[in-house]
Amino acid sequence: MNPRRIGGDLSIVAHGYVRNPIALFFSLIFPVILIMLFGLIFASTGATTVTLYAQDFDHSPTSVAFLQALNKTHLVQVQVVGASVGNLSTYLGQNGDSAGLVIPQGFGQNFTAHRPVKVILYTNPQDASSAGTATGALQSVISAFNLQAACGGNSSGNCTPVIGASSLNVGSQVYTYIDYLVPGLIGFSILTSPMFSMVDVTASYRKDGLFRQLSLTPLTRGEWLASRFIWYTMLTFASAALMLAIGSAIFGAHVTFSIWLVPFLIGGPLFFVSLGMLAGTVSKIPETAAVIGNVITFPMMFLAGTFFPVSSFSPGLQLVAKVLPLYYVIDGMNQVLLFNNLSRAIGDLAVVLIGAVIVFALAIYFFKWRDE
Amino acid sequence: MSNAIEVRALVKRYDALAAVDHIDFDVPEGSVFAFLGPNGAGKTTTTEMLEGLRRRTSGDIRVLGLDPWTDGQELHHQIGVIPQEFRFFEKITPKEAIVYYGRLFGKQPDPAALLDQVQLTDKANSRFDTLSGGQKQKLGLALSLVDEPRVCFLDEPTTGLDPHARRAIWKVVRDLKRDGRTVFLTTHYLEEAELLADQVAIINRGRIVARGTPREIIETYGGPERLRVQGPPELAEYVRQKLGIAVRYESGRLEIALREKGDALRILSVIDASGLPWNGFATERDTLEDVFVHLVGQMDEGVLKSAAPTAGGAP
Repeated sequence: MNPRRIGGDLSIVAHGYVRNPIALFFSLIFPVILIMLFGLIFASTGATTVTLYAQDFDHSPTSVAFLQALNKTHLVQVQVVGASVGNLSTYLGQNGDSAGLVIPQGFGQNFTAHRPVKVILYTNPQDASSAGTATGALQSVISAFNLQAACGGNSSGNCTPVIGASSLNVGSQVYTYIDYLVPGLIGFSILTSPMFSMVDVTASYRKDGLFRQLSLTPLTRGEWLASRFIWYTMLTFASAALMLAIGSAIFGAHVTFSIWLVPFLIGGPLFFVSLGMLAGTVSKIPETAAVIGNVITFPMMFLAGTFFPVSSFSPGLQLVAKVLPLYYVIDGMNQVLLFNNLSRAIGDLAVVLIGAVIVFALAIYFFKWRDE
Repeated sequence: MSNAIEVRALVKRYDALAAVDHIDFDVPEGSVFAFLGPNGAGKTTTTEMLEGLRRRTSGDIRVLGLDPWTDGQELHHQIGVIPQEFRFFEKITPKEAIVYYGRLFGKQPDPAALLDQVQLTDKANSRFDTLSGGQKQKLGLALSLVDEPRVCFLDEPTTGLDPHARRAIWKVVRDLKRDGRTVFLTTHYLEEAELLADQVAIINRGRIVARGTPREIIETYGGPERLRVQGPPELAEYVRQKLGIAVRYESGRLEIALREKGDALRILSVIDASGLPWNGFATERDTLEDVFVHLVGQMDEGVLKSAAPTAGGAP
């Protein structure tokens, strides 16, 4: 790696880029338009789907039946989480989830014995519709259980309620849609600029013989890729600064800059610059390469948490999201910008960096500038 | 004089097809070598193997004593290349391109001097995508000179260029030779090869069919010198009967093969004494293009072009 050659190539990339209004638009202006649009549309609203995270400390037939009854309301979808997640309120806050339920130990015994017992419902007051839906579903199930336990099973007609509910707010911090949109759109920039551009550049330079031309100079493939990586990292930093500034200043996003954001702004571009080059190498026909690039990019653009928190997806889609590399970039940035959850961020970062190194090595291996 | 390029038993196969089939040639250092052939003959494949862009199947290549495939990095500091239809980054200007190449090669070229050398000064700050085909080729030539190469590979550098641009590139080729550099030139223009080259090789179907100086090739493979006279058909018949020699008549013109120069004077005096009208006369030999067509035997329009009409007609 020769810094002089990388610098020379970087200046050519930069000149070409700033003279290309389309590239500039999609790298820097388009994400700004997105944050303005989504910010205005979804201001002060939360996620649209109500998933009710339930922590069942009782594990009795009654508690299981209670959760099944909640599912049958079709107002909420119960997702059981274990005791290992710790405090449910904190867990919900860190994951951007709006509704959760804690069923205490002894729930079944108390219910059978007609002793009063309380479940705890966590809701996000800023997500009024989810809170209302979850509360409504819970109240209807509680009423049904109370009716069965107290009235249905007791002919005296003394219908004293057995189950009650306490309602608390989610987490120590209330997160809004815009909070998730800021890291999501930084992730959008990390994904789209290098992917679309590198696929096109790799395929078209090969078709036009530009790589052969460059192979006659001392510039190496690694140096060429390094200059692209540096350029897209610079663009990512610029885009991240814009997103953080607009998100905070205009929409009051609860994002806190952390130095731990930096590794994601480096590891992300490294991953997607390499992946873009790899995708562009697969086919000699630029149009085919573009299709391959789109097949990789578009699912990630929508399913990795760019526009909506992954926690608002159905459980099946959440599983799909977790195989997408961009998910770990965005989730990691959520952890450092919103939740200050460093241990989970480091896990995400490890996935991103290991993936980036593998894809970089594959790209260098498959990418040739000379013909056999 | 040592050889800048040495090629021995060079073969390039694509499955069953031998694109280059056991060719041998040398290019002396400081000379201009023209490599001619019709489309698909193996010119570009050979050139790319010499440049280190394509791996050979068998045989040996030495360019400045180096193997182009295995010693490519070292060799590329000593050669300059213009590929066919030179392409570059679209938004970059010629001046920026030269500075860029300078940084890649660790040189500090003078963009103004290089652009002046290829007559592209007025487009120094125009973006590549706004340049004409000829201007792009000139930039390619300028870039190939940034590293002050000892050997320049010019692959059809003047194809599609207007006569003015073509002559500008010819001048650069002559300047390169004057500076002691070796030029390996492939071209479709036979006149170009005849004007510029010290040595010529003609390749057809992967094999070299002729090699030598342009004059040697014309003398070896061309027909005899001919006398051409404008006149009526009766004059052709008169000469046939009077001298008992073969006379070809076509388009108002007699064409008679000469065994020796003195034949021309005898024939002209017979013609003058005939009393029949006649106009201009000229003697002419086969050109390199004539020989090429004869050797390749498959000239078709668009494959082989002449840069200018061949000489002929009355003096």
